[in-house]
Amino acid sequence: MVRRAGVACVLAVLLGAAGAAAHAFLERAEPRVGSTVRTPPTQVKLWFTERLEPAFSRVQVVDEAGRRVDRADAAVDPENQALLRVSLSELAPGGYRVIWRVVSVDTHVTEGAFTFKVAP
Amino acid sequence: MKTLLRVSLLTAALGAAIVEPAWAHGLAGNRFFPATLAIDDPFVADELSLPSFVHRKTPASGDEPATRETEISGELSKRITPWLGLSLEGALNHLDPDGKPSLTGFGNLEVGVKLQFFKSDVHEWVSSLFLGWEVGGTGRKATEAESFDRVKPAILFGKGFGDLPDALAALKPLALTGVFGANIPTRTSTRTVKVEGDEAEIETTRHPNLLRYGLAVEYSLPYLQSFVKDIGLPAPFNRMIPLVEIEAERALDRGQAGITRWTVNPGIIWAGRLFQIGVEAILPMNDRTGKNVGVRAQLHFYLDDLFPRSLGRPLFGN
Repeated sequence: MVRRAGVACVLAVLLGAAGAAAHAFLERAEPRVGSTVRTPPTQVKLWFTERLEPAFSRVQVVDEAGRRVDRADAAVDPENQALLRVSLSELAPGGYRVIWRVVSVDTHVTEGAFTFKVAP
Repeated sequence: MKTLLRVSLLTAALGAAIVEPAWAHGLAGNRFFPATLAIDDPFVADELSLPSFVHRKTPASGDEPATRETEISGELSKRITPWLGLSLEGALNHLDPDGKPSLTGFGNLEVGVKLQFFKSDVHEWVSSLFLGWEVGGTGRKATEAESFDRVKPAILFGKGFGDLPDALAALKPLALTGVFGANIPTRTSTRTVKVEGDEAEIETTRHPNLLRYGLAVEYSLPYLQSFVKDIGLPAPFNRMIPLVEIEAERALDRGQAGITRWTVNPGIIWAGRLFQIGVEAILPMNDRTGKNVGVRAQLHFYLDDLFPRSLGRPLFGN
């Protein structure tokens, strides 16, 4: 009986939360996290684990001196609300840092940063 | 004991005056700290561990034979404010002593209050104070639920190593969490009268104050993938966090000073969107914890993600 009650509790928790969203964590990126690319990218694309609130999700890219190198046009993709992208100015060889802060549709805030290098 | 209790309550009161807004779900900057299995984690959160499972064999001690112990427990944690939370824990115990009939019964209920008083996103650092109260007499005496209370103050911390220099990038996914506290019985000893025929014997069992401490060392593969280097790990590995937890308890007085029980618990946690699953081996490290390897496992729900607009929100604030 105790075992059935336990299973019932677990099922109740899961069924009661049908359709629940969660914290948005970075699933993958282009350029890839920590990668070295030969061709300077023209944009950075970030795929998250949850759909994002466009008005509160942002990303910027800076060089090793801390200067912004993105075009300040970060936007959530209208076709895929879990994809955040920003276009870049022409990148010189060197290291770059992507800094993101997003709000998922369940209102939770997550943030993070990673680096990539351009080395033709 | 009274002095230690007064210090514990004063510390909790002072901590309440030094508050800082906290985030839900075990996050400090880039770092996600999962709920650990053997020791408590430093976060105040809305979460449910159900079930937690422990199975191990304890060694013989005095007149008590070696016993296979199975515990199934549940713990509900609820945020009152973003930095203050309460918890309620209960367990069902099954004891199978060698050469004796097995017994099943509930353990004592345990309530707790946790205050998260410090967080640094840049350094991935969290600290909190905890005060637990095991309510004596709420469980079945035959399955070792004591009739007196136990007070359990502790300080907890969590530290991620994402702030290491880039030259040590491979170590950035590492994190430590730890606990240092006490287990204070409200009774110094218990007297039991055993009657055999015409003779009665009084047996006195002393209850020492205990120091309890532990450490968890984690290597987060999600952190590696998202913040250090995407090495192309496929699911489910990209959500796994291997860890080793060390749990120890040391008697301080009442004829048992210095007696320590400790275990090392290697395992792995898989952290999903709405819940996590963890499993660890329990490796006994000294005679007091026996020679048999045990196992613990846990299914843990993130209520702030499951019910962000109801159960998963603080009662006040945020």
